[in-house]
Amino acid sequence: MWIIIANIGWAVSAALAAWMVYDWFQTDSSYAEETLTSSREGEIEAVQEKHKV
Amino acid sequence: MAKATTAGPAPQRVSLLRVLGPAHVWALGVGIVLVGEYTGWNFAADKGGALAALIICWVVGLLYTSVAMIDSEVTSTVAAAGGQYAQAKHIVGPLMAFNVALYLVFAYTMLEVSNAILVADTIKSYAGEGFGDWHYRGVIATVIVVLAALNYRGVLMTLNVNFVITAFAYLAIIVLFFSVQPWSQGTVLKLGEMVTPDNALPYGWIGVIAAFHWGIWYYLGIEGTTQAAEEVRSPSRALPYGTMAGMITLLIGASLTWYVCASLLPWQYLGFTYFPLLDAGKVTGSPFLETLMFTATILAGIASANGCINDAARAFFSLGRDRYLPTWFSAVHPKYRTPYRSIVFLVPIALAFAFIANLGQAITFSILSGVLHYTFMSVNIIMFRNKWPLGTIRRGYTHPFHPIPAVVLFILCVVTFFAIFLGYGAQLTAMVIFYIIMSLWFHFYRYQYVRRGDQFTMPWPKPKGY
Repeated sequence: MWIIIANIGWAVSAALAAWMVYDWFQTDSSYAEETLTSSREGEIEAVQEKHKV
Repeated sequence: MAKATTAGPAPQRVSLLRVLGPAHVWALGVGIVLVGEYTGWNFAADKGGALAALIICWVVGLLYTSVAMIDSEVTSTVAAAGGQYAQAKHIVGPLMAFNVALYLVFAYTMLEVSNAILVADTIKSYAGEGFGDWHYRGVIATVIVVLAALNYRGVLMTLNVNFVITAFAYLAIIVLFFSVQPWSQGTVLKLGEMVTPDNALPYGWIGVIAAFHWGIWYYLGIEGTTQAAEEVRSPSRALPYGTMAGMITLLIGASLTWYVCASLLPWQYLGFTYFPLLDAGKVTGSPFLETLMFTATILAGIASANGCINDAARAFFSLGRDRYLPTWFSAVHPKYRTPYRSIVFLVPIALAFAFIANLGQAITFSILSGVLHYTFMSVNIIMFRNKWPLGTIRRGYTHPFHPIPAVVLFILCVVTFFAIFLGYGAQLTAMVIFYIIMSLWFHFYRYQYVRRGDQFTMPWPKPKGY
C-alpha cells in the first residue's frame, strides 16, 4: 500500500509543483511588479494599533 | 495649455491578509514544536541517561519559557512579518537583523527537512520490502511540495489544517498516557525498573550538560508564532495568548512524553530510537495504541513542516521587502495574499537538503540556528527595555521579573553551545563561519541597496538617550 501511496505522492507533487509555477507566471504577467511588491511593513500597525500610552 | 494638477490614483497596495486569531497562533507554534516529542528529545537520553532527559526537559523548558515571555513582549509591540527579524532591525540594527533573518530561514528550513525525513522514515519502517529509495524520496517530495502548495494557497487554510492535525497529535499523547494507567506503577509502566539509581545518570553531570543539545528539541520552534504577527487580527492580544498557551501545552506534553517513554523503554534504546512514542505504543501490546502513535507521528511531522514553510517564507519575504535581499522576494500574491515567490523559492532548497542530509545533521543545523537566535533575544530584550522603558510605548504584554528571564536565557544558551560543541563541534564552527561570511557580504556589498530610512517603520518615539 505504501508503495502505491509513494508513487501517487510523486504524481501529486509534480502536479502541484507545475500548478504553482504556472500560477506564479500567470500572476507575474497579469500584475505590475510595483503592485506585487507594494506591501509595507508596519502600515497596518500604524493605522489600526497606534501606540498610545 | 494648463497642466493637469490632480495626481493619478495611488497604486493599490497588496498586503498579507489579517485573518488569524489566537488559536491559529497556537497551531503555528505548537504545530512546529510537537514533532520534538515524537522524535529528537530522546537522543538526550543517549547523551546523559533517562534522568538527564527529564532534567533537560524542565531546564530547557525554563529557557523556552524565557523565550516565550520575551518574545511576547517585544512582538506585541513590533507586529510585523519576519518576527524577530523586525525586532532586531528596530532595536539592535540592520546587521543583526540580517543575521537573525538568516537564523530563522535556516532553522525553519532545516526543521522542515527534518520533518520530511521523519515522515519518510516512519513510513519506511512499516512499508516492508520493495519500498526503495524512489518511494522514500516520493514521501519526502510529497510532504514538502504539497505543504508548499497549501501555504501558497492561503494562510487561513494552512493554519486551520495545522490546528486540526496538531490537536490530533497532542491528544494522541494524552490518550497514550491515560491508556497505560499512570496512576498504577507496575501495571504497565515500570519506571522503577527502567530508571534506577545506577543507570539514572550513567555519565554523571557532564552527561546532563551534553544532553542540552537534544533537549532543545523538546520545544524548538515555539518562537515561530511571531512570524504570524502581520496576519493576526490583533497582534497585541493574539500573539502573547497563543505563544504562552502553546508553551504551557508543550511543557505538559513533554513531561507526559518523558514519563511514558522512560517507564516503558530502557534508556539505551530510548537514546537510540527515532520513534520513542511510537515504540512506547508498540510496547504496550495494543494495536490501537500502535496505530494511533504511528498516525500521530506522521501528523506531527506534517504539522511541523507546514508551520516551518510558513515561517521560513515570511522571514525571507521580510528580507526582500527591506531590500536586504532583492525586492523580487517581497511579492505578495494578489489573490491568495501570501509571499508566493518566497514559498516557491525555498521548495527546491528544502528538497535538496532532504535528499542528501540525514536526520541528525538536519536537526543539528536547525538547533544551531535556533540557539544563535535565542542568544540574540536575551540581548535584544535588555536593549529594548533600556531604549524604550515601560511607559514610553504601548506594549500588548509586559513580561515579569525583568531582567531575570534574559539572564537565564543567556546562561542556558551558553551551556547549550558548549553541549553542541561536544557533539558537533565541526558543524558549529562551520555554521559560525558561514554567518560571518554572510555578514561581511551584507555589510560591504548588499547594504548599499537598502533604503535606510524606509526600513524603520514603527511609529515609536526616539529611544532614550538619542
